[in-house]
Amino acid sequence: MLQQNVSTTAEGSRAKNAIEIGSISKWYGTIQVLDDVSLDIATGERVVICGPSGSGKSTLIRCINGLEQHQEGRIAVNDTELDGSNRALETIRGDVGMVFQSFNLFPHLTVLDNLTLAPMLVRKLPKRDAEEIAMQYLRRVHIPEQAHKYPLQLSGGQQQRVAIARALCTQPKIMLFDEPTSALDPEMIKEVLDVMLELAGTGMTMVVVTHEMGFARTVADRVVFMADGRIVETGRPDEIFGNPQTERARTFFRQVLKH
Amino acid sequence: MADAQILPAPGRRQPRVSRTAAWWLKDRIFSSPFHVALSIVVLVGAAFIGQFLLRWGLLDAVFVASDPAACQAAKGACWAVVYEKHRTILFGLYPHSEHWRPTLAVCLYLVSLTITLMPRFWNLRGLALLWACTVTAIGVLMYGGLFGLPEVATSEWGGLALTMIMFTGTVVMGFPVAVLLALGRRSTLTLVRSVCVTIIETLRGVPLITILFVAVNVLPLFLPAGSSVDKLLRVTIGIAIFFACYQAETIRGGLQAVPRGQYEAAQALGLGYWQMTRVIILPQALKIAFPAIVNHIIAALKNTSFVMIIGLFDILNATTSVMQDPVWRKYYVEAYVFVGLVYFVFGFALSLYARAMEAQMKKGHH
Repeated sequence: MLQQNVSTTAEGSRAKNAIEIGSISKWYGTIQVLDDVSLDIATGERVVICGPSGSGKSTLIRCINGLEQHQEGRIAVNDTELDGSNRALETIRGDVGMVFQSFNLFPHLTVLDNLTLAPMLVRKLPKRDAEEIAMQYLRRVHIPEQAHKYPLQLSGGQQQRVAIARALCTQPKIMLFDEPTSALDPEMIKEVLDVMLELAGTGMTMVVVTHEMGFARTVADRVVFMADGRIVETGRPDEIFGNPQTERARTFFRQVLKH
Repeated sequence: MADAQILPAPGRRQPRVSRTAAWWLKDRIFSSPFHVALSIVVLVGAAFIGQFLLRWGLLDAVFVASDPAACQAAKGACWAVVYEKHRTILFGLYPHSEHWRPTLAVCLYLVSLTITLMPRFWNLRGLALLWACTVTAIGVLMYGGLFGLPEVATSEWGGLALTMIMFTGTVVMGFPVAVLLALGRRSTLTLVRSVCVTIIETLRGVPLITILFVAVNVLPLFLPAGSSVDKLLRVTIGIAIFFACYQAETIRGGLQAVPRGQYEAAQALGLGYWQMTRVIILPQALKIAFPAIVNHIIAALKNTSFVMIIGLFDILNATTSVMQDPVWRKYYVEAYVFVGLVYFVFGFALSLYARAMEAQMKKGHH
């Protein structure tokens, strides 16, 4: 299997691992959704996870911040192991930001309140500091003028950019993206991908589940292809898109790269 | 070409159709034979009831009479009975010379309540202070024993003030319990969940009167000898728990309607369970369940009349007892209509407030 020799970044330098996933398996009742998945992600690395629907890619990244529990194997984030304790969960969630397919903004709070909530409640920042940080990130996602609106008054693309800013406000070391553009109209996908590209430029460790192969090609150090709850293939984008080693991957990439 | 006429150009306003009264009548009242028949039945019925009420309640009614004989002659309602008995109806057994105290207490209460219900005064610290003062003032007024006010035991409290005190006690004590029960019922901790389910299902399954009977007659048997919890307090707690069990299910409905993504986003941001519940989940759940929550609150207002089983005279029971007076007994309908109106005024005020709040919430969050 290819994943054994890929715990290095694209530059080939051996960096400290931000995320270590060791042989995890997960079941929903009797259905196995993850089967012996191992993946190490280095600090600063950008990994894109793709694969057909139901292949376990969302489940995998949701295990990283404990939104889902794995039943076998080990996950550690910046050397904190997810051991089921609340302490570990708190530490890891403090380090990891997440962006969801359906945005999941809090509809009863303004954009600004969405952004300042976690810094004030979790990191106990004074309101003024939290708002300053929030405005800084709103500017980074190019919508500072929407600060006092409610989420549902914004377009989908704007909402997702607010969601990215909200995750960044907790100043995470790692960002997880769970199909961030899948719920968007075509004309809004680009504005979100642009923000993600800019974020990649800052050296953030990113794990992105997406079918945007153009994004993967530009940004990813590594592409992980999953099917049936397993990692089937991993490699640099040009390698894996140009010359997939398995039939599953060949079929999948032929379909998604066609357009 | 046809398309161009059907689709308005961007920015053009929807054309305004002017509607005449005749059009409205034809469209809404007399549009089909069935509709015509229905309209006639309703209109005739309304006219019949209306003219009866007008004659009985107003034209033929006696408003002032010190002697029921004056009512005897009239064909209409005898509203004089309300004036004659209003002291007992409104104050129950409360000593006659001290009636100004419950009056002042009710006024204080209504002022504080009005202030509390207005969003512009929603400031936790200020409201807490206001209610601390209000409750103390009402307590001193009702109990007495201070500032030269004669003491009045809770067993003598009655009428409107008693109804208000029990209603407020029910909602204030019951609502937090309801929220906790609803959260507990959805807890992942098996023990917590089963305790909550047991409480809700048991208490919801028995009539309120049973709970009150237990609170009044059975509970004292379990309390250490010599300790006594005030009867009024025990009954109010009983009504509050009953209210909480129903309200818990309403709130649970709201909790279930909050999308899972809201929980996940809050968790991913690192919020703890209580932070997430307080700031993200409950505000949305309570908003969703708001109409049903108000429904139960209005029901709680009327459940206070169950205190008759312990011999307290709230506004309804005070009326029942005062109408035993053989001289005025014939006019019990008028007395009950009056009490009904008092309940209606409060219940309807709650409804109107709830409606205004709903409109407000819709504007706020879309």
